[in-house]
Amino acid sequence: MQKVMRDVLVEKAVSLLSDGTVDRVLGWKRGEFSYDITPAVFESADKIRDDFVWNEFCGANFSKYLVAQTKKTEGKLLVFLKPCDTYSFNQLLTEHRFDREKVYAVGIPCEGMADIAKLKAIAGDGISSVESDGGKLCVTTVYEDAPVAVDAGEVLLERCVNCKSKKHAAYDELIGEEGEVLESGRFDEVEKLEKMTADERFAFWQNELSRCIRCNACRDVCPACTCEKCVFNNPASGAENKAAANSFEEKMFHIIRAFHVAGRCTDCGECSRVCPQRIPLHLLNRKFIKDIDSFYGEYQAGAEVGSRAPLVSYTKEDIEPSEVFDGRE
Amino acid sequence: MRKCSLESMNTVLAEIAKTAALYLPVDEKEGRAAYKKWSEGTGWSKQLNTVRSPKDFFFPQVENLMEFKTEGKNIEIIDTRSESEDFVVFGVRACDVKSFEILDRVFLSEPVDSYYASRRAHGVVVAAACTRPSETCFCRTFGIDAADPYGDVAVWRTEDEVFWQEKTEKGAELMKKLESLTEECGVEAVEALKEKTAKIMDKLPLAGLSADAFGGDKTEKFFNAPQWKSLSEACLGCGTCTFVCPTCQCYDIKDFNTGKGVVRFRCWDSCMYSEFTKMSAGQPRLTQLERFRQRFMHKLVYYPANNDGMFSCVGCGRCLSRCPISMNIVKVMKTIGDKADE
Repeated sequence: MQKVMRDVLVEKAVSLLSDGTVDRVLGWKRGEFSYDITPAVFESADKIRDDFVWNEFCGANFSKYLVAQTKKTEGKLLVFLKPCDTYSFNQLLTEHRFDREKVYAVGIPCEGMADIAKLKAIAGDGISSVESDGGKLCVTTVYEDAPVAVDAGEVLLERCVNCKSKKHAAYDELIGEEGEVLESGRFDEVEKLEKMTADERFAFWQNELSRCIRCNACRDVCPACTCEKCVFNNPASGAENKAAANSFEEKMFHIIRAFHVAGRCTDCGECSRVCPQRIPLHLLNRKFIKDIDSFYGEYQAGAEVGSRAPLVSYTKEDIEPSEVFDGRE
Repeated sequence: MRKCSLESMNTVLAEIAKTAALYLPVDEKEGRAAYKKWSEGTGWSKQLNTVRSPKDFFFPQVENLMEFKTEGKNIEIIDTRSESEDFVVFGVRACDVKSFEILDRVFLSEPVDSYYASRRAHGVVVAAACTRPSETCFCRTFGIDAADPYGDVAVWRTEDEVFWQEKTEKGAELMKKLESLTEECGVEAVEALKEKTAKIMDKLPLAGLSADAFGGDKTEKFFNAPQWKSLSEACLGCGTCTFVCPTCQCYDIKDFNTGKGVVRFRCWDSCMYSEFTKMSAGQPRLTQLERFRQRFMHKLVYYPANNDGMFSCVGCGRCLSRCPISMNIVKVMKTIGDKADE
């Protein structure tokens, strides 16, 4: 269960809206079921009171929305940021992607977001409601008379299982208590892949990426992918491709994208969260993060605004390409 | 009506696979299913539905249409089509079966799409009745009975038996091959199953959803509705909804320069994409609002206008469960339905 309750956020949003601090609010809007929550812009207190939600299904990272939304806002926009979202927020500021003056950021603690697929695997399909009760999610379905209680900790999104920080990297105001940067096991899966032989690793990615339907959801949700026009969408780029000519090309799309965001990816995990085929795309990004950490010293994109990322700042001490090459298996 | 035991299904499927390529939903990781080619021992998934719809069988995501080879001033046009093989798609849900009818109206009306037509002619659809619909299901809204699907053959699965009913001539031919492996039976068990499923359908959260407010004559009513702005506000502009949708049928035709010639191919396209239907004058739908509106107006207004009032949504619920921001046709219908004038 989230420690800060919905009502606290609603009151905060309503008061900032009524006192004129902000004129729009970026928040999570309730859906048809308990879990299908949509990011929304609220412009009135009534709408906020009626439709604003804050629960275990508010996974969406609003940082990228700021790029477009700050351009549509005259005054200030209120945005609620979970700790992991704040790293994307800082990274976008570092890249000058939105006007900080137009944003009022409220940091909110997060106890982790639920993965509806994991929840359904335990509680079943035909969900009529999900209620949060202590550390449990109580799921009522049309198939069972009694609700099924599931430990919220058992059905966390992958990125929350491996949460890297409960500490906010940025905010104007913080609600609740500040957390700590955590030791996470987020590189464990990467290490497993590194230990594989090249053939095994190829087979792993072949299997995963063969399911890709090229919907571009990973790219379109990614806070590091904010090019005004992606080369893959640009008929004049010579690289436009709406469809992969073969399975090799499909892999290239994801690998090229991982290269493109290397050093800028904060590991927010949105790519894997939204993938309709549940391809573990975050593992590509984490491999880059892990390599950058080991070659240049630990670096967390978005930990602060304006930091010179290792891949874009040359020093004489930088590792030589030959050393990297020699270090390969 | 005929039946066989669930235990004997491997033998039955093997018999079908003797004369046609057989595809059926199989389990993938984490509760997802996908259509795969059957081989000895391949299990029939119990999942409600596949992530990708079976429209791929008739309208694949990518296909080569023809090739051009140039030599000096001569251009040779090569028809790259190979004769379609006979195939059976087994386990198609009622909603997806209905989607074929919607696609047929597009691809089989003049000028007939011969690529699509050939696959339709060679394919046999074995539909599977639903027994455990999901909260995201709303096929009833479009007059579809999940418990009594069409197709060439319909099957019902119980704990230990599978019931078979032929629906078309193609289906009768298939059932003839299975004569020795199935036995004649009464309809009682299937009727009981239908009744049970209907009761579940009554309890689903979207049970009362109606499409009555929409239809072919509603362009003016909905086109400038103010709600499109808030509905489309968070849309990422990705193609998930269109690519998992069983009825989305838009495609692009492109030329691929192989260095020695040109391969002309077509691939699915998405009205959600910024470069969709780009012409010399540019993309006619300038912002995501217009692109988003296009998709839903097409399903609920434009398609019915050209197809005797038939909607081009089947209520399969894929967009409800897969959209990265959980925006979908149900939210559009409920938000805009009777309130477009407000």
